[in-house]
Amino acid sequence: MDKNSNKYIFIYASVMVILVAAVLSIASISLKSAQQKNIKIEKKQNILASVNIESTTKNAEQLFSEKVVKSYIINSKAEILEGNAFNIDMKKEKQLALDKRSLPVYEFSIDGETKYVFPMYGAGLWGPIWGYISLDSDLNTIYGATFDHSSETPGLGAEIATKKFQKQFQGKKIFDDQENFVSITVAKANETAPKQYSVDAISGGTLTSKGLQKMLLNDLGSYRAFFKQKKSE
Amino acid sequence: MSNKESLFSKKNKEILLNPLSKNNPVTVQILGICSALAVTAQLKPAIVMAISVTIVLAFSCVIISMLRNTIPNRIRIIVQLVVIATLVIIVDQLLKAYSYNISKQLSVFVGLIITNCILMGRLEAFALGNKPWQSFLDGVGNGAGYGMILIIVAFFRELFGSGSLFGLRIIPESWYIANGGFYSNNGMMILPPMALIIVGVIIWVQRSKNKDLIEN
Repeated sequence: MDKNSNKYIFIYASVMVILVAAVLSIASISLKSAQQKNIKIEKKQNILASVNIESTTKNAEQLFSEKVVKSYIINSKAEILEGNAFNIDMKKEKQLALDKRSLPVYEFSIDGETKYVFPMYGAGLWGPIWGYISLDSDLNTIYGATFDHSSETPGLGAEIATKKFQKQFQGKKIFDDQENFVSITVAKANETAPKQYSVDAISGGTLTSKGLQKMLLNDLGSYRAFFKQKKSE
Repeated sequence: MSNKESLFSKKNKEILLNPLSKNNPVTVQILGICSALAVTAQLKPAIVMAISVTIVLAFSCVIISMLRNTIPNRIRIIVQLVVIATLVIIVDQLLKAYSYNISKQLSVFVGLIITNCILMGRLEAFALGNKPWQSFLDGVGNGAGYGMILIIVAFFRELFGSGSLFGLRIIPESWYIANGGFYSNNGMMILPPMALIIVGVIIWVQRSKNKDLIEN
């Protein structure tokens, strides 16, 4: 057949597209369960990392079930809701209005002290960023933090996923002396914010840094009623 | 012909090694500049990118070369893109399932591989007209030539931009002005324009050593 005839081109393109579609669907379906297992393990590793526990892909599930004392879901008024905290997808929750969101809380017991872990989800420069913040039992001092991203620039915005950046958060406060919620400022060199409420931004990663700051303000903010209730207990 | 020709004949060696010097895809063919700017702020992502591009390039060259006699001329670019994109997606899916950590490091590079002009360039210029084995060598050679430039650029950018290599500190903390020293990192190095300048310097050095490359 003439290779340049329309008929040949149509047949060639159709066969190619169908073949490729079949190959890709087979790959996607057959690999899905393995991929989802990895995502679950990674989530557990991230939550563990926020309370400064190192885990490997092999021991993450075991460590997680050992260390979590309890986990539950609350709404923005700090009322406890039904359901499994681990299955909450923050991406979907953030699309709802604040008072309709289900907010997961994980309680850990580390050296006899209670630590609270809260998930965060926000926007970086190129795509979503997310993470977990753990607070001491005073619900003011940050015990640990971990962040991750889907497509920030390597070497710049992607630095939020490094230990070096995350370590800065330890010991910072989210409430000022008058008990006002101040969150954490991710400060550029020319910004002056009190040291106990701020961390250094990433050079060359300003938009990601600012996205992270906004995420902390919004998502820690949505737990304000919970902080208040726990503190008055 | 190829049955009698040895796998690493002189001609084949040239196909493999030329892209490393006088036919380098980045500095001579000026292809793949965009990703050379994007991923060279640090050494590690540059190396990961170099390896991924080499693998995808080598295999898409082989596939296109095997199909070369059936591809209709008028839709050849689309066919090439489909082959590249399919390969990249399959590799990405496999990594996500079996090597999750590496797939996380690759994250954005996967998209960048599909759009890398070296791939299309080599498929169009070489694989469409040559046998699979030669095309494979050409793919490996060009991937390596691209990777070499990436690693050189990333070395300078990370060393002078962040004072580290592979994330390990090279320039002592005590030298920095913040700690009472005399040194500060060059912020320009972190930004993409500096990568372009370094690539320019490499081209300059290469041309001054190799007079063949200078146009009249």
